[in-house]
Amino acid sequence: MTQFDTDPVRFRSQIRDWLDQNCPNEMRDNDGGEATICWGGRNWNFTSEAQKTWLTRAAQAGLTVPTWPTVYGGAGLSRDQEKIYLEERNRIRARSPLESFGIWMLGPALLQFGTEDQKLEYLPPIARGEVRWCQGYSEPGAGSDLANVQTKGEDKGDHWLINGQKIWTSYADKADMIFALVRTDREAPKHKGISFILIDMRNDGVSTRPIQLISGASPFCETFFDDVKTPIGNVVGTVNRGWDVAKYLLTHEREMISSGAGGLTAGGRAFGAILSNEVGGFDDPILVADAMRAEVDALAIDLTIERYKDMAESGQGTGDASAMLKYMGTEMNKRRHELMMSAGGSDALAWADGRAPDWLRTKANSIEGGTSEVMLSILSKRVLGLPG
Amino acid sequence: MDKLVPTEEETMLGDAARGFLDQAAPVSHLRGLRDAGQTADPALWREMAQMGWTGIVVPDSAGGANMGLSAACVLGRELGRTLVTSPFISTAVIAATALKQVADDRANDALAQIASGDVTYALAVDEGNKFNPLSTDLEAKRDGNGFRLTGRKTFVVDGSQADRLLVLANTGDGLTLFDLPADRAGVTRTATPMIDSRDAAQITFDDVAATGDDVLGTVDDAMTVLQPALEAGQAVLAAEMSGVAAGAMAMTVGYLKERKQFGIEIGRFQALQHRAAHLWCEAEVTASAILNAGRALDRDPAQATLAVSLAKARATATVQLAVQEGVQMHGGIGMTDAFDMGFYMKRARVAAEWLGDYGYHARKVAELREF
Repeated sequence: MTQFDTDPVRFRSQIRDWLDQNCPNEMRDNDGGEATICWGGRNWNFTSEAQKTWLTRAAQAGLTVPTWPTVYGGAGLSRDQEKIYLEERNRIRARSPLESFGIWMLGPALLQFGTEDQKLEYLPPIARGEVRWCQGYSEPGAGSDLANVQTKGEDKGDHWLINGQKIWTSYADKADMIFALVRTDREAPKHKGISFILIDMRNDGVSTRPIQLISGASPFCETFFDDVKTPIGNVVGTVNRGWDVAKYLLTHEREMISSGAGGLTAGGRAFGAILSNEVGGFDDPILVADAMRAEVDALAIDLTIERYKDMAESGQGTGDASAMLKYMGTEMNKRRHELMMSAGGSDALAWADGRAPDWLRTKANSIEGGTSEVMLSILSKRVLGLPG
Repeated sequence: MDKLVPTEEETMLGDAARGFLDQAAPVSHLRGLRDAGQTADPALWREMAQMGWTGIVVPDSAGGANMGLSAACVLGRELGRTLVTSPFISTAVIAATALKQVADDRANDALAQIASGDVTYALAVDEGNKFNPLSTDLEAKRDGNGFRLTGRKTFVVDGSQADRLLVLANTGDGLTLFDLPADRAGVTRTATPMIDSRDAAQITFDDVAATGDDVLGTVDDAMTVLQPALEAGQAVLAAEMSGVAAGAMAMTVGYLKERKQFGIEIGRFQALQHRAAHLWCEAEVTASAILNAGRALDRDPAQATLAVSLAKARATATVQLAVQEGVQMHGGIGMTDAFDMGFYMKRARVAAEWLGDYGYHARKVAELREF
């Protein structure tokens, strides 16, 4: 366990040295897209020895989950320190050592709602990249109307008996565990009868079927539960109050998705740099103008993510306003990829080029985690106070 | 690290400003001035001086509040909300920042007069229909130890009323900034009735005598003094525009909650809800850019260009959306002069143009971002 200095100047030099000594050279290419992500998990095949080394070293230092307490596998950094760490990581263009739904979603939910035993059981394996989680939210009849989930959980004393179907479960076929919204009280109003339940994907009765997407990839699955048993204690938060956990998590998810766009100016590259790689890109005044507008907007969205973090840290809740980050961030990311495709011209149209799948993938950004339209409805009612 | 949240001091300043301006200068105040054919309210300016606003960036030693440009942005935003007519940006922000770069005895005297509210300034830079200080043609011909200025300035905001003028001129060897009394012989000012009902002038310089003492900073090195002043002005103008957007948006959201058609409030219609929410999102993103510009200027003014141009570009786009949505969502009443939305639309258009339009600032952002 590395001890980090709390003084910002000394911390920066400390983290700079740490990165210098620990991040393998092969891992210093942070704009390689989806293919370079390390997701971890029981069945993870490292793409290289360097990827494995990077994960191991980062996990030992707690830097896969920098702000989590050290007892759960984090580095116990403050938000300010995390910012410095990310700045320094981006400075050498280092990849993130580990990404996962455990880090983005389940972790924050457990930290907020979990029992001490649950935290100690589940958080460290997430931090070390040993257990990969997926999120079981949407169902065929519960998309934008998420609280309409029908997957059934029956209390059988020592276990829950689960039956039903989830859809759009990202990487369910690769995940070790799932956190799912399950209806545990069919009589209650729809928001009051849902529990947030943890289920091992190795259990009998769990099956998955990947869905092929327009990008050619199959990151999303259908997930089926057929008389699946999971321990009765595997509920996060209170039974039938899972919607509270789900809502809290959706906020995190929104911030996470929007930071996909946010990262592009801090860690990623300016639109001008993207265009300059393309022969002729700068000859097209319309493309240049579009890129300039996008640059202005992307920088301002980045600052907004930073501002919202600062607000949260200074105790000013942002609450429903985070829907704005999700809406603006995902729309920005789609714009970014449209521009990259335009700049690439016919080169970018070949499957092997790699840009097209990423571009197509971004079209889901404004659907998953709540559509842009759902975000606007949330904002209009809860922030602007419009009726209905 | 500077946080992108207002400090307690800034929040208090904003609240106090709002409290005062809601009484002293609501939009009806602008309407009153316009109906009376006036473009300035000297009594309001004196009150602003008494509250320390005119000296907001003036050092303590010259009697100012010395609160910095983030605080000036807070005031700018509140002045924008109710479209307050005043030479705040020309005088208290641009001229004061320029004078601070010089900081000799004469400049300190001028700063003290700004802080006390006794002197107002206007910035005479534009010569064509677009902001482009580096292409200044107004001639400053060397004449003994001094200069003779000849040429024409346009869109001199607050120019017909100001006591003094900051004039950018070209000596043939470079650009030089002059600080002249507006009544110097050979200066002719013609007020231009502008769509926003505020003061702007065309000014001709006909063989106007200027001495070395009239030069602000160094001959042929205007930008050392002027660039920080322009950037301060651009940032606070962006803040004013965010206030204009907020004022227009508040009226619009209020109207959506009240106006009924088809027997229900029109704010129940998703088509309007989503337009209003989108506008709010744009305003929220712009607010971050403005806060960041103030912080950047207070931290290291030499490194603030990107932050300032980003703020002005975003503010321009947002305020124009806010006023257009404002009129559209109000329907017919938004088109009437009796209703205030038109004032917001006209101020937005003038502010968008002043000190560099969207294209000017977006190009600056691009230049500084690897384009």
